Amino acid sequence: MSALADIVVIAAAEAFRGDGEIFASGMGTIPMLGARTARSTFEPDLLVSDGEAFYIGNELPIGGTDKLVEGWIPFRSVFDTLWGGRRHVMMGASQIDRFGNTNIANIGPWAHPKAQLLGVRGGPGNTINHATSFFIPKHNTNVFVNTVDMVSGLGYDRAGQLSEFVQRNHRLPRVITNLAVLDFNSADHSMRLVSTHPGVSAADVQAATSFELVIGDDVAETRSPTDDEQAVIDRLDPRGLRHREVS
Amino acid sequence: MTLPEPISRAAHHLEKQPHEPNNNEPNNDEPPAVSRDKRTTEDDAIASLSDGMTIGIGGWGSRRKPMSLVRALLRSPLKDLTIVSYGGPDVGLLAAAGKIRRIVYGFVSLDSIPLEPHWRAARQAGTIAEPVEYDEGMLQWALYAGSLRLPFLPTRAGLGSGVMDVNASLRTVRSPYADGEELLAVPAIRLDAAFVHLNRSDASGNAQFLGPDIYFDDLFLSACDPGHRYLSCERIVPTEDLLKEGTFHTLRINRSMVDGVIEAPNGAHFTTCEPDYGRDEAFQKAYVAAAGNPDDWRSFSERFLQGSEAQYQSAVAEWRAQS
Repeated sequence: MSALADIVVIAAAEAFRGDGEIFASGMGTIPMLGARTARSTFEPDLLVSDGEAFYIGNELPIGGTDKLVEGWIPFRSVFDTLWGGRRHVMMGASQIDRFGNTNIANIGPWAHPKAQLLGVRGGPGNTINHATSFFIPKHNTNVFVNTVDMVSGLGYDRAGQLSEFVQRNHRLPRVITNLAVLDFNSADHSMRLVSTHPGVSAADVQAATSFELVIGDDVAETRSPTDDEQAVIDRLDPRGLRHREVS
Repeated sequence: MTLPEPISRAAHHLEKQPHEPNNNEPNNDEPPAVSRDKRTTEDDAIASLSDGMTIGIGGWGSRRKPMSLVRALLRSPLKDLTIVSYGGPDVGLLAAAGKIRRIVYGFVSLDSIPLEPHWRAARQAGTIAEPVEYDEGMLQWALYAGSLRLPFLPTRAGLGSGVMDVNASLRTVRSPYADGEELLAVPAIRLDAAFVHLNRSDASGNAQFLGPDIYFDDLFLSACDPGHRYLSCERIVPTEDLLKEGTFHTLRINRSMVDGVIEAPNGAHFTTCEPDYGRDEAFQKAYVAAAGNPDDWRSFSERFLQGSEAQYQSAVAEWRAQS
């Protein structure tokens, strides 16, 4: 049986399936592995970066330095690319609600936070311009909340009040956690359970979520990597850093 | 390959030796082909500033920050400052020293250590009177509008997000064209002073970045009124040596954007200054550990931050030898 981290990596890779020739950007080990695995297997047109300033043309392991540079992507070009819509980012979230509003900025009221986190960073611009997926290593009711304390990334309810352009371009394809894969493909774009990882029940996922999930009768088991995909994941993360993010 | 005409002309000029004396046509009336020497020191730069100024600080997170200027600012009595920054330890240190009244930021982070301890403490204690939190791209737009002398630039980034909830003064603007879309009008930022740290510069402020990213250093300088645009660098070189270490593409900052040049070897420490040096991760860890406890921070501050820049650098060298 596959390790949980390998199942999560392939689920992260699946988020980029069909994206074509755009920048697949992953924040953190598992999102980055997901993007690179997708490029090395079923989505070869993706562009992936070293997380610093270069597009990488070779299959670069996490932390690897033997880079084949195929392009330059300093921060200014990142903004140009994301405002131009040629990007799909997978990032973290300290809080997420049923419509996909996310928070990486602060816990407690913004004016006087209980815990200051990163600030909104690029979340507002990401979510309003292109596809944004999320990876959450610990699925629990402190993260999956009724209301986020600060909206760093727009959910479907907020995007739905903005222009027709925004509604066409705002997209939250996947939320991947240590328990399950979720999306927003429900009638009112509230969060839907797509699949649970082996050994996890739909009830387990609901119990770890503060709001009510859309749970149909078609909830699948998250697939394991194929042998070929597993070989790619092992090459991309020879030191097994992915197992430190989920286990 | 044939280059487009303007580029090939430029390249041709670069092959000439601009300062080569022309013995065939002696002309004593001609001024020397040397630009104004703008060299100064961190302390003189800081002494030219006043309370309440708006200061932009280049770099990004814990990358190529003008730390020697920030350290000089820490030693000064200046107060009630507005800081504009893609924040890293610059913001943390200034917050801990109580220098910041207002700050415009998209994040404050140490990169390899995601959360800045002093910034967290200041925000959680409520000691920053006026935090102005923007999306990262909005901050670029604010500086770009400032550098172009426009009142604002439109964008979608920020609309519908918490940025609108916590910045009551932000306004939207409607496209005057057929689409009629409502967009966020990011107000221009004009700076009273700007600090950036580059790899090389000549004495008049023609400066060069040799690392992977210029970040938004050119915008910080362009959005600043002339007078207090300070550029520190690892090494001041003769103008004719600027192209010895990098192509002409690295010359993104010219002397019309700079008022003072400071030679500050290791001046970005402990942040990155690729390719001259990487981040001093061990020292950054020690900084974070010390920030977690008032007594430890007092000793850290006494050991590293009370003296001159030269004393800082020798204290760091001594610390490194011991650890």
